[in-house]
Amino acid sequence: MTQGAMGMAARPAIDYAALLKDAALAAFVVFFLAFPLIGLQTYDQGGALAVRGRWDLLAYAVIIGFVGRFLFQLAMLFKPVKSTKEPSDASLARQRQIGMIIRYALLGIALTMPFLPFSDRSWLDRGINVLIYVMLGWGLNIVVGLAGLLDLGYVAFYAVGAYSYALLSLNFGLNFWVCLPLAGLFAALFGVLLGAPTLRLRGDYLAIVTLGFGEIIRVVLLNWGSLSGGPNGIASIPRMDFFGLFPFGNREGAFHTVFGIEYERTHQIIFTYFVILALALMTNWMVNRLRKLPLGRAWEALREDEIACKSLGMNPTNTKLSAFAIGAMLGGFAGSFFAAKQGFINPESFTFMESATILAIVVLGGMGSQMGVVFAAIFLVLLPEVTRDFEQSRMLLFGAAMILIMVWRPKGVISHREPTLRLNPVKGA
Amino acid sequence: MTQYDDSAVKEPLLQVDGLTMRFGGLIAIDNLSLVAGKGQITAIIGPNGAGKTTLFNCLTGFYKPTEGNLSFFHPAKTLQLQKLENHKVAQVAGVVRTFQNIRLFPKMTLLENLIVAQHNALMKASGYTFLGLFNLGGYAKAEKAAVEKAKYWLDQIGLTHRADEEAGNLPYGAQRRVEIARAMCVGPRMLCLDEPAAGLNPSESLELNTLLFRIRDQEKIGILLIEHDMSVVMKVSDRIYVLDHGKRIAAGTPDEIRNDPIVIKAYLGEDEDAELPPEIAADLAMRG
Repeated sequence: MTQGAMGMAARPAIDYAALLKDAALAAFVVFFLAFPLIGLQTYDQGGALAVRGRWDLLAYAVIIGFVGRFLFQLAMLFKPVKSTKEPSDASLARQRQIGMIIRYALLGIALTMPFLPFSDRSWLDRGINVLIYVMLGWGLNIVVGLAGLLDLGYVAFYAVGAYSYALLSLNFGLNFWVCLPLAGLFAALFGVLLGAPTLRLRGDYLAIVTLGFGEIIRVVLLNWGSLSGGPNGIASIPRMDFFGLFPFGNREGAFHTVFGIEYERTHQIIFTYFVILALALMTNWMVNRLRKLPLGRAWEALREDEIACKSLGMNPTNTKLSAFAIGAMLGGFAGSFFAAKQGFINPESFTFMESATILAIVVLGGMGSQMGVVFAAIFLVLLPEVTRDFEQSRMLLFGAAMILIMVWRPKGVISHREPTLRLNPVKGA
Repeated sequence: MTQYDDSAVKEPLLQVDGLTMRFGGLIAIDNLSLVAGKGQITAIIGPNGAGKTTLFNCLTGFYKPTEGNLSFFHPAKTLQLQKLENHKVAQVAGVVRTFQNIRLFPKMTLLENLIVAQHNALMKASGYTFLGLFNLGGYAKAEKAAVEKAKYWLDQIGLTHRADEEAGNLPYGAQRRVEIARAMCVGPRMLCLDEPAAGLNPSESLELNTLLFRIRDQEKIGILLIEHDMSVVMKVSDRIYVLDHGKRIAAGTPDEIRNDPIVIKAYLGEDEDAELPPEIAADLAMRG
């Protein structure tokens, strides 16, 4: 009761004069920018360039700026005052319940997706894409979200995984299921290779080095033609078979004859979908489990304060390297899956843009949050697909949506951090 | 090497011999020697810039001393702290410190802070993560024991009821206590406290005194204490060393220090020179 009363009292009276002044200033800025950009148009007049004014459009822009700024400021005033108090047990328990329901609902959707009436090849492909990014997001989350090491070259490990599978399967005829752990191992090795020289770096400096590392891997792949096929990449990589037992395809001894069902081309895609779903769920389980182990807590402690970690006798070198290695390994798994699914890879798939997308997924989702990564991956992968009709303004919409999310939730969609263990369990959970 | 008489310390735990720390032309610590005992609270005081925190940084491996030995009498064998890697000082020797500007893990809960302090023991129990990942090899039991230990220290600092709150949300005085509890969870043989009473109100200072006595008497470990708050130093210390400009200028019990003219001079400044009686001036000149 008192809290409510205080909340009322704390709300200041609205100072309309200041709001209008602020809106006028915004309108002036819009005018200043829009005058040359929108207000003036050049056109061709008998071979010479002439200028004409588009004053109506300019006026619209200024009005939109004025009204928009005014409404935005007004909305900010009515934003609920965030309480700094710890949430009560009841609200925590309710939050958890809702979280659980959403989690199981999403899992249910993911498990039944291939059998839903609308899901055709293209939907399955989208599902696979989303899951690849979810897995990559969860993997990068170890490095960025938990250990607090800003990694802008994560795609390098994805590339190492992909090329590992492609080369191992083509040169040594190894099966996908044998290559998968090997690819993870190679990627982990590269993780240590990146981690070792950057142990002393943090923040911006680490970001620059990892960015360079990602580019080095890509450039090497681009130029080492004899190994990687250079810009032409590697084609006709074997697709995955049914756990090394029998292949897919319309022939004797393949998947459909073993199970005695009608041949269909989607069988392989559905299987592929479930493989990446299983890989993603395994990643999720592993990260959740690691968080509750001393290693995971050490990562988080390292993110919070490295000097304090040292003073408590923790070896920061091992802790950091293990974060790089395990994050890289998960990226390597995803990479070898990607190669097996595509059947063709070249360095174009492993540009900085990919690293940026994966990082955006982690940051938008909320650093360290598992569910946040899922939402962000769905959003970032599906939005460009959905907005395909607005060809020209697609990236504009995409950018605007990202800005809106960051304004609305600066710490990511889900910023709540659940403690790894509690002394007093939440009542009612 | 030692030209001082530190025989008053009965059970030496740490012996600093001729420690010198130079930063370029600046001599932060100049040929410093001192002894800290087991089951004793040894205070190090001195004006700002006397080299107290530098001494801590040398002891706990954050700086490599330019010269000198830091012998630590571990029950198994005598260790040279200056030769140990940074984190090994806490891990192997059991010399654990707190910081002048509190360094908790602010986004983690109090309980998690105290569990992270038991990292090395838990890491072993979890089979370096490989066994713990599948809950094998008795990790659950080890974690339970770690929680019990954390709970014990939370009880000692009176913060058990806030165990599941983020450390960064606690008031300043409580954070200071948590940092001490976290250091105790490492299982130290010697606890180095860098200005634990800074920013505490008088009643919190009193609580701190009680906590320090409890740690000294129940855990029987050595405590090394840097402190400016004389109400704490004079009450809890068994022995005090006074530093000025990186040099040791006095040592003794709180009573001896309180009445030492050299200490008074170091604290009150050079202007007092004229007022000093001739015998003290002579004494000063002799001690250099």
